[in-house]
Amino acid sequence: MIALDDLSLRWKIPLRVMVAVLGTALAVTAALVTREYDEMRQNLESHAKSLARVLANTLVSPVLHDDIWRAYEILQSARDPAAIAPELQADVVMVTDAEFRVFVSSRPRDFPIGASPSRQGGDYARLRAALMDGKPTEQRVIEPADSVHYFVMSPLVADGVALGHVILGYSKISFVPRFIGLVGRAAVVTLLVLLLILPVSWYFARKTGEPLLALADAMRQVPGELGSARLPDLPHSRDEIGQLGDAFRRMVGELREKQELEEQMIASQRLAAVGRLSAGIAHEINNPLGGMLTAITTYRRHGNGDPLALETFSLLERGLDQIRNTVAALLVETKAKDRAFAPTDIDDLLILVDAEAGARAVTLQVAGRPQAPLPLPATLLRQIVLNLLLNAVAAADRGGKVRVGFEAKNGLLRLSVCNDGAHIPDAQMAHLFEPFASSREKGHGLGLWVVYQIVKQLNGGLTVDSEPGNTTFRIEIPYDQA
Amino acid sequence: MNNDDRSQVLLRRRSFLRSALVAAALPLLPARAEQGSLRVGLTPVFLDDQMSFLTRWRTWLERRLQRSVVFFQRGSYREVMDLIRGGKLDFAWICGYPYVRYRNELRLVAVPVWRGRPYYQSYLIVPADDRKTGSLAELRGKVFAYSDPDSNSGFLYPQFRLASLGENPATFFSRSFFTWAHRKVVEAVGVGLADGGAVDGYVWDTLAEFHPDLTKATRVIERSPDFGHTPFVARHDIPAAEMQQLRRALLDMPADPEGAQLLRLLSLDGFVAGQPALFDGIARMAKRVGKV
Repeated sequence: MIALDDLSLRWKIPLRVMVAVLGTALAVTAALVTREYDEMRQNLESHAKSLARVLANTLVSPVLHDDIWRAYEILQSARDPAAIAPELQADVVMVTDAEFRVFVSSRPRDFPIGASPSRQGGDYARLRAALMDGKPTEQRVIEPADSVHYFVMSPLVADGVALGHVILGYSKISFVPRFIGLVGRAAVVTLLVLLLILPVSWYFARKTGEPLLALADAMRQVPGELGSARLPDLPHSRDEIGQLGDAFRRMVGELREKQELEEQMIASQRLAAVGRLSAGIAHEINNPLGGMLTAITTYRRHGNGDPLALETFSLLERGLDQIRNTVAALLVETKAKDRAFAPTDIDDLLILVDAEAGARAVTLQVAGRPQAPLPLPATLLRQIVLNLLLNAVAAADRGGKVRVGFEAKNGLLRLSVCNDGAHIPDAQMAHLFEPFASSREKGHGLGLWVVYQIVKQLNGGLTVDSEPGNTTFRIEIPYDQA
Repeated sequence: MNNDDRSQVLLRRRSFLRSALVAAALPLLPARAEQGSLRVGLTPVFLDDQMSFLTRWRTWLERRLQRSVVFFQRGSYREVMDLIRGGKLDFAWICGYPYVRYRNELRLVAVPVWRGRPYYQSYLIVPADDRKTGSLAELRGKVFAYSDPDSNSGFLYPQFRLASLGENPATFFSRSFFTWAHRKVVEAVGVGLADGGAVDGYVWDTLAEFHPDLTKATRVIERSPDFGHTPFVARHDIPAAEMQQLRRALLDMPADPEGAQLLRLLSLDGFVAGQPALFDGIARMAKRVGKV
C-alpha cells in the first residue's frame, strides 16, 4: 500500500473517485439484480401457485374416475413447449395419491405410474417428508434444504377429502440462464452509465486536485527559487485550498522580505567595514603626506633654487596632491560648521550639471523645490545631489530625462533622482556603493561611495530601485526642525 | 418485464383452460341434424382430428346420395352404440366387437378393404426404448393402455390373450387405463406413460405412414390373428333402399376419382359388402372372455 500512498494526488484523487463510482455502480447493480431475482421468484411462485390450483381443480374428476389418460392430457396441455420464459416451465408436474404414489406425471419415464417419487431419491425423498409434515388440504411451497428443486403442492380435494396432491417441481437451475441474462443486462446498463459518468468524474476529480498540485509545485520552489515561485498560479478560491494558497503567498512574501533584509544587512556591514578600513588607511596616509608636502614647501622657500630639483619637487607635489584628494574623497568628514541648504543651491547644481546634460541632450526636471532653507549642511547635500545627478545624466539614454524630486516634511527630507536609461544589472547592484566599483570608464568610482558615506553621517537611508527604463535613487535624511 | 411475464402467464393459463374445457365439452355438443338428413355415426377408431377430411367425405357422400349427410362424432364407442341402438343414427362406422355384441340389432352395410383384404390385426406395443419385453406375458405387473372398453383390437383381444394364458386380466397389470382412441394408445406407450398397449394394427400402420414420429417411439411385440375389419353398420329398421344406396356409394368409391382420393387418405383400398361370418373370430373371443 506504500506505493499507493506515494502516488501523486493527480492520480490518487481521480482513482479514488473512480473506485467510489465503480463501487456505487456495483452496489446499485447488485441491489437491482437481487430485486429482479426476488421478483422473478415471486412471479414464478404466484404463477406456479395459480397453475397448481387450476390443475388441482381440473384433475379432481379424472382422478376420481381413475382416468389416467385424461389426467395426462390435462398435464400436457399445461405445458408450453415453446415457452418464452423457460424458467416458468415446471420441470415436472405430477399427481400423487394420498400415499404419495404417482397417479400420473408429465415425465412418465422418470415418474412412472404407481411408483413413489421418493424412488428418485434426493430432493424427492425430502419432498415426501415435507409433504407429510403439513396439513394435506393446504397449498404449499416446499423448498427442501440444499435442494436444486422447489415444489408447489396443491391438494386434490373432493368433498373435503384429500385425494392426493398436484405437485409442480421447478428446477432452480433453469433460473440460471435467465439470471445470467438479467446480470448481463444490468452489466450492460451499468457499463453505459459508467461510460457517461467516469469521464465526467475523472474530469472533476482532476479539477479538484489541480489547486493542490499547483500549491505543491510552488512549495517545491521554496526556499531555493523564491524569485521564480509562480504565485499567480495558486488557487484564489475561498475554500481551504484557497486559504492555504493565501497563506503560502504571505509566507513567500515574508521570506522574500527577509531575504532582501539579509542582503541589505550584508551589504551595509560590508560598506561599514570598507569605511573603517579606508578611514584607517586615510589617517595613516594623511600623516606622512602632510609632512612631505610641508617638506616640499620648506625647500621651495629656503632651497638653492636648483631648477631640476624644483621641477622634480613640483612633480612630487602634484602626485602627492592627487593622493591627498583621493584620500579626502575616501574619508568624507562632516565639517562642524556649514551653512544651511538653500533653494538657490538647487539652481547652482543645475548649472553645474547643465553642460553634461546638454552634451547628451538630456532634459532635467525638478519637482518639489523647497521654498525655504533646510537645516542640513549645504556642502554635503550639494555633493550628494551633484553626484547622483551626474550619474543619472550619464546613465540616461541620449535625449532622455532625469528627474530630481525634493520633499521636506515632518523633519525628513526625501530626495529622489530618477533616470530613464538602462537598468543596473543585479550583479552590480550588490556592490553598487562600494568604492572603485564603477562600471564606467570615466571617473574614479568613488561617487556613490561618497554619497553613501555622507548619507550615513547624516543618519539617513538610501535605496535604489532599478528596472529597465527607470532607475531611481531615494534618499531620506532627517533634520532638526527646531 | 413483470407485466410481460404476468400477461404471458394469463395467456397460457387461458389456453390451458380452453383445452381443458374443450376436452370436457366435446361429447356433450348437441348434434345439429336437419330433418331428412342421413345420420352417420363415427367412432374414434381411426378418424381423429381430421375435420377437413370429414368435410370432404361428407360433401362427396351428399353428392352421391343426393341428400344431406350429418356426421356424429362421440368420445367413446359406447355413446355411438347407444345412439344407433336407440335409432338416433341411421348408420355408423364401428368396431367388430360391439358389432358382434349387438349383431341382432344392426345390419352389416360394408367392410373396409385394407391391403387387399377385409381384415386387420391387433398390435401389442411397448415403448421403443424397452428392448427386453417380447410378449404380453412379460408385462405382468406393468401399466397397460387400452383404447376403449368396446374396442376389439384395443381391449377384447388383449383380454382374450391373457385369459387364454390362464391369467386374470383384471389383476395381471398393476394399472391399466383407457385412452379412448387408438392413436392415443400409441402416444401413451410412446411417452412411457404405459409400459404396453393394445392398438388397432390398421391405425398403427396408417400412423406409421403419416405420423412416423408417433409410431417410432413404440415397438410392436405381438400381432393378433386376422379379424374382420371395422364394419359400417345400419340400424336394424333401416329402409332397404337407403341401405343399398349407401352400400353402393361405399363400394363405388375406388371407381370415383374423389372417392379414390378419400380412400387413399384413409389408407384403404375400398369397401366390400362383407358377411357377418367375418366377425365370428371376434364373437368367439368375446364369448371366451365372457363379455357377450
